[in-house]
Amino acid sequence: MLKHVFATLISGSLVLGAAAQAQEAITGAGATFPYPVYSQWADAYQDESGIGLNYQAIGSGGGIQQITAKTVTFGASDAPMEKEELDKNGLLQWPMVMGGVVAAFHVDGIDGSLNLDGPTLADIYQGKITSWNDPAIAELNPDADLPDTQITPVYRAEGSGTNFLFTHYLSQVSQDFADNVGEGKSVAWPTGVGAKANAGVASQIANTNGAIGYVEFAYAAQNDLSLVHLKNKAGEVVEPNMDSFMAAAANADWQNAPGMYLVLTNQPGDESWPITGASFILMHKQVQDVDAARQALEFFDWAYTNGNDMAQELDYVPMPENVADMVRDSWGEIKGPNGEVVWNQ
Amino acid sequence: MATNAIQTDSGLGRLSEATRKRLQRKARIDVLFERTLFVFAFAVLLLLGAIIASLIASSWPALQRFGLDFFTENRWAANVEIFGALPAIYGTLLTSFIAIVIAVPVSFGIAIFLTERCPGFLRQPLSTLIELLAGIPSIIYGMWGMEVLAPLLRTWFPTVFPAGTGLATAGIILAVMIIPFITAVSRDVINTVPAVMRESAYGLGCTTWEVASQVILPSVKTGLVGGVVLGLGRALGETMAVTFVIGNNLFLNTTLTGQGTSIAALIANQFSESDGTQRSALLALGLILFLITFVVLAIARYLLRNSTGRHA
Repeated sequence: MLKHVFATLISGSLVLGAAAQAQEAITGAGATFPYPVYSQWADAYQDESGIGLNYQAIGSGGGIQQITAKTVTFGASDAPMEKEELDKNGLLQWPMVMGGVVAAFHVDGIDGSLNLDGPTLADIYQGKITSWNDPAIAELNPDADLPDTQITPVYRAEGSGTNFLFTHYLSQVSQDFADNVGEGKSVAWPTGVGAKANAGVASQIANTNGAIGYVEFAYAAQNDLSLVHLKNKAGEVVEPNMDSFMAAAANADWQNAPGMYLVLTNQPGDESWPITGASFILMHKQVQDVDAARQALEFFDWAYTNGNDMAQELDYVPMPENVADMVRDSWGEIKGPNGEVVWNQ
Repeated sequence: MATNAIQTDSGLGRLSEATRKRLQRKARIDVLFERTLFVFAFAVLLLLGAIIASLIASSWPALQRFGLDFFTENRWAANVEIFGALPAIYGTLLTSFIAIVIAVPVSFGIAIFLTERCPGFLRQPLSTLIELLAGIPSIIYGMWGMEVLAPLLRTWFPTVFPAGTGLATAGIILAVMIIPFITAVSRDVINTVPAVMRESAYGLGCTTWEVASQVILPSVKTGLVGGVVLGLGRALGETMAVTFVIGNNLFLNTTLTGQGTSIAALIANQFSESDGTQRSALLALGLILFLITFVVLAIARYLLRNSTGRHA
């Protein structure tokens, strides 16, 4: 009797496995930052079209490696590739979704928010400002009663697109930071504590009196952290929220960015949040498997058209309509083995 | 060889042909068995050699490019391609040292208590509990360190541990992790001390302290060093728990309680996102860890040999 049950179970699971295999799936790998919104889109898209998405959130560096090695149909990266780098590898790049990186802090005795500007933030992360009642912070917060708590900067320990955006911003606003630390997915911070992933940084901030750190907006919102208001390029102090991210995105000049290389930090505009960035998709211009490439493009097309509400619910900023159209036009560059255009809608 | 032995043995001459054949076949099986065992043993050596060779080959580009700078630069900055192994080497050695300093006296104490002073009904449950401690996965220690130990240190000593994490915190976690190993080995070797030796010492009027420190510990020095090396080996290579609490700062910070990194933690954090020179540099770090572990084991062997000479 028991034997029969096992046999049925096993054959049942084999059938199911075979069915899952037969089902078509788009393969992609890369950045962890957009993973929640990609999987949300994929769920909805599968319900509609029956085509699934197999996306491995292995990090931006891994995504670039996988697409270069042609083991996936598309790669995803938070840090864009430069035009020359793209051409060298025969890749096409476009922005898929945007998001904001915010600075959060935890200082006992200070409720609500604090104001900071870029150079001050850079000095904190270089260990030049070590106490919360430093004159530079006091000047930006005349009304706050600042304690002399020691500042503990918290950063991402592993290589990440969030690191890239944050250091890219600090390098733009502080020459000193650019010279001594520099921008990149993985940098050597002169001071502070490294934690694992957004969640690790958020929890380290929440647990440490005197901590300051940077996380993607969604994580700060989930963990109810106190957020820093930053002085932007226009000299205005802005609050991080969907409106200020959108304002920064609206200023982005994708049209004139070669290879769509654009990092949206320190954008002009009174309302713009200074640490905003896009997450990018990478595909080969010359593809072998035309069907797989077309399926992927159809999914991205669907996401641009139908995915905006889902993105906003998850605290991401959708790409504006005109940028999406521009991206669709660029897909004409993707061609099959016989030179046929893959995307023809 | 074995077959010859059978044939030349005069006693076998009187055996029937069938028995002889059977014995010869058994001898052949034995030879085959011996050779198979040799292949197994040799395969491990071969594997070890292959690992070392591939580590050297893949870390060569980085070592060649940076040369001595690899050991003198004070930071590991992938974005500007400055790769200094010093912070990671310092962190690895220091955290393991702290762990040993804390774990050795505690472990020896537990082992002596278990073997000498522990009431009979407690001995078995206590031993089992300590062995269970050895079975806890390191990630659990990491989470405990981050969620419990670090906040405690931060609350009790806010000036020394402003963030709770750091090299000393990692050392404490490592100590807790290796205590069961050192304890288990120490207890077993202390158990091998003949009861006669203890009884004679007590008979001469020695106190418990004197028996433990003058009779038992010296007579099993070898085994104790072995236990410590086992613990040290685990501490040097421990990755997950350390990554959680060490602070992951890639600048050389020659303090006891500051934020730092270890070789294993640095590799764990950066390997998946790395390519090119960075990957090669990380593999070179792996090679260094390999060498450190090797040297530690060699020193331990040397100590063991010396102590066996004196006490065997």
